[in-house]
Amino acid sequence: MWSYTLRRTLGSVPTLLALCVITFFMMRVAPGGPFSGNRRVSPEFVKLMEDAYHLNDPLWQQFWTWFNGVLHFDLGPSLKLRDYNVSELIAIGLPTSLEVGAWAMLLSTLVGVVLGIAGALRRNGPIDYSAGAIAMVGVAVPIFVIGPLLQIVFGLQLRWLPVARWDDSWQCRVLPVLTLALPNIAYVSRLMRSSMIETARTNYVRTARAKGIGEWRTILKHALRGAIMPVVAYLGPATAVTISGSVVVETVFSIPGIGRFFVESVANRDYPLIMGVTLLYGAIVIAANLVTDIARGLLDPKVSYE
Amino acid sequence: MSAEPAAAASPNRPVLSVQDMSIQFKLPQGWITAVDRVSFDLRQGEVVGIVGESGSGKSQILLSLMGLLAGNGRCSGSAVFEGQQLLNRPPKELDAIRGSTMSMIFQDPMTSLNPYMRVSDQLTEVLTAHQGKSKAEALEVAIEMLERVRIPEARRRIRLYPHEFSGGMRQRVMIAMALLCRPEVLFADEPTTALDVTVQAQILELMAELARDMRTAVAIVTHDLGVIARLCDRVIVLYGGRIMEQGSLDEIFYDPKHPYTKGLLASTPRLDEKVHGELRTIPGQPRAAMGDFPGCPFEPRCALRIDRCRAEMPALLGDDKGRAVACHVSGV
Ligand SMILES: Nc1ncnc2c1ncn2[C@@H]1O[C@H](COP(=O)(O)OP(=O)(O)OP(=O)(O)O)[C@@H](O)[C@H]1O
Ligand SMILES: [Mg+2]
Repeated sequence: MWSYTLRRTLGSVPTLLALCVITFFMMRVAPGGPFSGNRRVSPEFVKLMEDAYHLNDPLWQQFWTWFNGVLHFDLGPSLKLRDYNVSELIAIGLPTSLEVGAWAMLLSTLVGVVLGIAGALRRNGPIDYSAGAIAMVGVAVPIFVIGPLLQIVFGLQLRWLPVARWDDSWQCRVLPVLTLALPNIAYVSRLMRSSMIETARTNYVRTARAKGIGEWRTILKHALRGAIMPVVAYLGPATAVTISGSVVVETVFSIPGIGRFFVESVANRDYPLIMGVTLLYGAIVIAANLVTDIARGLLDPKVSYE
Repeated sequence: MSAEPAAAASPNRPVLSVQDMSIQFKLPQGWITAVDRVSFDLRQGEVVGIVGESGSGKSQILLSLMGLLAGNGRCSGSAVFEGQQLLNRPPKELDAIRGSTMSMIFQDPMTSLNPYMRVSDQLTEVLTAHQGKSKAEALEVAIEMLERVRIPEARRRIRLYPHEFSGGMRQRVMIAMALLCRPEVLFADEPTTALDVTVQAQILELMAELARDMRTAVAIVTHDLGVIARLCDRVIVLYGGRIMEQGSLDEIFYDPKHPYTKGLLASTPRLDEKVHGELRTIPGQPRAAMGDFPGCPFEPRCALRIDRCRAEMPALLGDDKGRAVACHVSGV
């Protein structure tokens, strides 16, 4: 398994590299630059600043300089928040983003799985219909709508939870985590439901019933194991969904995480920060997919790492 | 009353008695009848073959008895096993019976074992659930049973997953699983059709031998008259969800009465007979939809049909030794 992990990790290097190259050049193709939006400074000053950050060098040379830095674990300075370099900003934002993201992943997986099973076992019952409705909302309504809606209802009208505050209290975390989890709750519950229904029809579950070991044991020991596999396989993609959601959620709820830095960095054309966060997101998604594949291998005896 | 125990041990004691069992399925266009008023007994230690073409309702009969009918199915009639009614019993109550005194071997060994569980766990859970054995005790019994179905190196192999076994070996595992609690009745639904021809015979013989040792009654479903000839004491011939004829092996093979049974035997290639040209078949097709028609289901294909056959299903008439035929034209 270790050699498999090592091989997969090495295999992900070209993917990350391609991601960086594409992001780098796409950002440069987009009009504007880090110092161009500000009318109060003279064009001469802009030119001076751009030269200071080597922004007028040939593009490939700029890329090489940045890439060389990455190889030495240096993501460069931030162009806008000038007292910080990119690594420091990531170190500041990452714990908060990870906290919200991890809660959202946990919540969506647990709730999604439970709703899915309940829906599959009591098909067309009240739980099934409610889960279906939640899933419909979660899939159809984007989180930049859901977030503000929840803020209005629970923050402004009911006044149960803060609208957009971030401190150590759990109340601050409820709405962002819920908003972030909703799309995955929707997807996981549908996935789990259909997979459970399908598994309940398999021959091996019929065999388990014929053994007279009891309905609950049949479901928990026989059906669940096979039915959960598609959900496990979805954990990698779910991480990507959560990351892209966190960018929105952190902005909507004013959470000082990487997602908000990322949005600001794009608006500011803070190239090194954009590149640093892109690289980080890419690495997280790749790591999540790797963990997913290892988990599948551990759960499915037919998968071998060779 | 010293006659009592002797009667209990007699080979003719019926362990399972099915009376007028019907099975219907709900389809968008209404209920269709898959099995129509079937009655038969299964006696201790005997092997009964159930033959009939595809769709004649063989599997559904066994599945209903095991309480495994599909969600859109319903059954009526009665099936008494050891004094207990099986049909329409809540699954919870059936669980005390199935897997222990009544068990089933399914057709496809490749998909009938749980691919995510070790064979050991799949076997021992039967014993822990029904006999309250500890894990360790159950494992010993399971290993012993795997040895009885002649799986080499059973002690090591029991730790493996199903995909690490060949098809034939998996079906041996299924047989071991079904026999763990020494059932009174064993149902086998085409247990070898998914297997290589070369292992079919071994598996069947093994199953029959073990059942004989445990005095387990076996009902085996098959298309294959060769299997019937080799293993069975009695034969039930189904067509279109009804019993056409039943009797001892010799009666059915050497003195078939029903036109369908005769056609079935005539269309089976025999090694001791030269085949001239094409294989013989029964002309016509089975009725597409088994609706509620009054007549004999075989009537459209029957060479001997008379007007009455279309209007009225002949009753299954027989003697008290179990020989019975349902035909207006050629009865017993
Ligand atoms: N869930 C279901 N819904 C509707 N019809 C069904 C259902 N299950 C079985 N049937 C019908 O019941 C009839 C009997 O099926 P059964 O499986 O018992 O046939 P069989 O004799 O075992 O055939 P085979 O030799 O092909 O296994 C068939 O016509 C089949 O289409
Ligand atoms: Mg069948």
